[in-house]
Amino acid sequence: MGRSGLRLRLAGVWLSVVVCAAVFAPLISPQDPLAQDLFLERLPPFWIDGAEPGHPLGTDSLGRDVLSRLIHGSRIALTVAILAGLAACLAGSAVGLAAGFLGGWTDRVVGRVIDVWMSFPPVLFAILLVAVLGTGLHSVIIAIAVIDWTRFARVVRAETLGQTRMDYVASAVVAGRGRFGILAAEVLPNVLPLIVALLSLEMGIAVIVEAILSFVNLSISSDAPTWGGMIAEGRTQIHFAWWVLVFPMIALFLTVLALTQFGEGLRDRFDPVFR
Amino acid sequence: MPARELAIRLLASLVTLFGVAVVVFVVIRIAPGDPIAMMLPPGADEDDIARLRALHGLDKSIWSQFWIWLGGVARGDFGVSISIRQEVLPVALGRLPATLELATLALLIATALGGLLAAAGTLGRSTGAEAAVDVWNGVTLSVPDFLWGLAFILLFGVVWPLFPVSGRISPSLDPDYATNFLLAESILRLYFETLSDLLTHMALPAAALALPLSAVIAQLLKQSLKEAMAQDYAMLARAKGFSEPAVILREALRNAVPPTLALVGVQFTFLIGGTVIVERLFSYEGLGNLAIDAVINRDLPLIQGIVLVFSALFIAVNLLVDLVNAWLNPRLRDG
Repeated sequence: MGRSGLRLRLAGVWLSVVVCAAVFAPLISPQDPLAQDLFLERLPPFWIDGAEPGHPLGTDSLGRDVLSRLIHGSRIALTVAILAGLAACLAGSAVGLAAGFLGGWTDRVVGRVIDVWMSFPPVLFAILLVAVLGTGLHSVIIAIAVIDWTRFARVVRAETLGQTRMDYVASAVVAGRGRFGILAAEVLPNVLPLIVALLSLEMGIAVIVEAILSFVNLSISSDAPTWGGMIAEGRTQIHFAWWVLVFPMIALFLTVLALTQFGEGLRDRFDPVFR
Repeated sequence: MPARELAIRLLASLVTLFGVAVVVFVVIRIAPGDPIAMMLPPGADEDDIARLRALHGLDKSIWSQFWIWLGGVARGDFGVSISIRQEVLPVALGRLPATLELATLALLIATALGGLLAAAGTLGRSTGAEAAVDVWNGVTLSVPDFLWGLAFILLFGVVWPLFPVSGRISPSLDPDYATNFLLAESILRLYFETLSDLLTHMALPAAALALPLSAVIAQLLKQSLKEAMAQDYAMLARAKGFSEPAVILREALRNAVPPTLALVGVQFTFLIGGTVIVERLFSYEGLGNLAIDAVINRDLPLIQGIVLVFSALFIAVNLLVDLVNAWLNPRLRDG
């Protein structure tokens, strides 16, 4: 078990909490996340004088319940993490497999395109794409996939190149198997663990990018409960109601940390050097 | 590096820059919003719209628009910003020094912090000290600059208000400098009051940018240092009676730095990319902050110009790192 086992376990615990919060959001939220009540604005969390029983983590400047918004925000964070992560993963892995396995000019063209892509500042590229595509959840997901497929393509290409040179591929060729048969049956299973680990890391990145886009008010509508939107609101209330900023920050911090540690734990476990 | 190889690298960089220009142009032209409509008051008639469209060259075909634009870029003419109605290149270059100074300060902090952590981890290798360094690196590496920036605003701007959390310089100080490299000029002119004001404004954003990179440096350098400390020359230095810290400084560091530097180059471009959101967070008047304003105002020429300046900077940093690596590593130099 060791350190990577502990890491995987701790990360898994927090991720289960987030998944449960997202799935059962309407059942466990104490309030409607959109309901405003100007008589209950900027209520502090439960351990501070002046708190109200129905609002354990306090309310924001419009009297909306922080805990309920946090719980509903996990839905958006997870949706973006899963869909954007998978889209970047599928596109990038396909390109990387093709480049590494086919080699030749395919590989050279892919290499050039990746060089161009890596020359963009990623956050600015994301903001630009969402501004162009129009705000909304689908734009955020497309933007992340369009930018981050290179993370998969680069690593998968190198790994495929390494695997393609292995003896077992040579023997499959000698045995008369077709190229795509070899790719699917021999190379892919050996590259797959790495892809899974990268996917977990990418989901962490996607959660952060969504938060940044919400922060600059380019994600989904500013009314909807997103962690980034809550952070943006909290930043303006920092001197009057720190809890509006702090709780979504903690949620974001733990989720990103958990996804990254989960990915790295998986990579250590799959990597023969560490095994 | 031989001249031939240098020429090939330069050419490859130019090809990459051209690719960047094509991508930016394509991305922006698929934008559904009409930038002209946003510049005019409601109720402007068709003639006004057409005239303004022609003024900005938006009435021509997409191909001629691209070649006109690219020809201009090659001559240093990036067009006129729609929202602030000034030449794009001078505006972008005017903001660039602020971003460069912030990124450089962050790089210095990351190097110092990463070096100290690596040395501490190497001295305490296979003990609790190394494990502590590893855990700290894991956390600082996983959490991005955006969250560190927010945490610093909360901790050192609100809870203990030690530093200012917005702007580049106090409005009361208005240095009448020749360039916009305010930090560098303050050092050269020995204006310590301005210098300390600039540094207190830059401390938190620079630290936020530096933390993830410091973890990368610490991890890579610690690995190389540990390998070096097991080599014969380190043994010999110990036998001569040098203390462990002295062995690190005199023997191991020299051999551990080149492999670390090779990998840190790419990471430094990530740091520069991070300035976009960190500048926004701290209302720091750099290029990244201007870029977000440009996107919000749908200012196409300005966005194009800024993205190109950023990309050129990335490509230049990568080229520079290649050169330094070739210079440090004789095997690459003659290969």
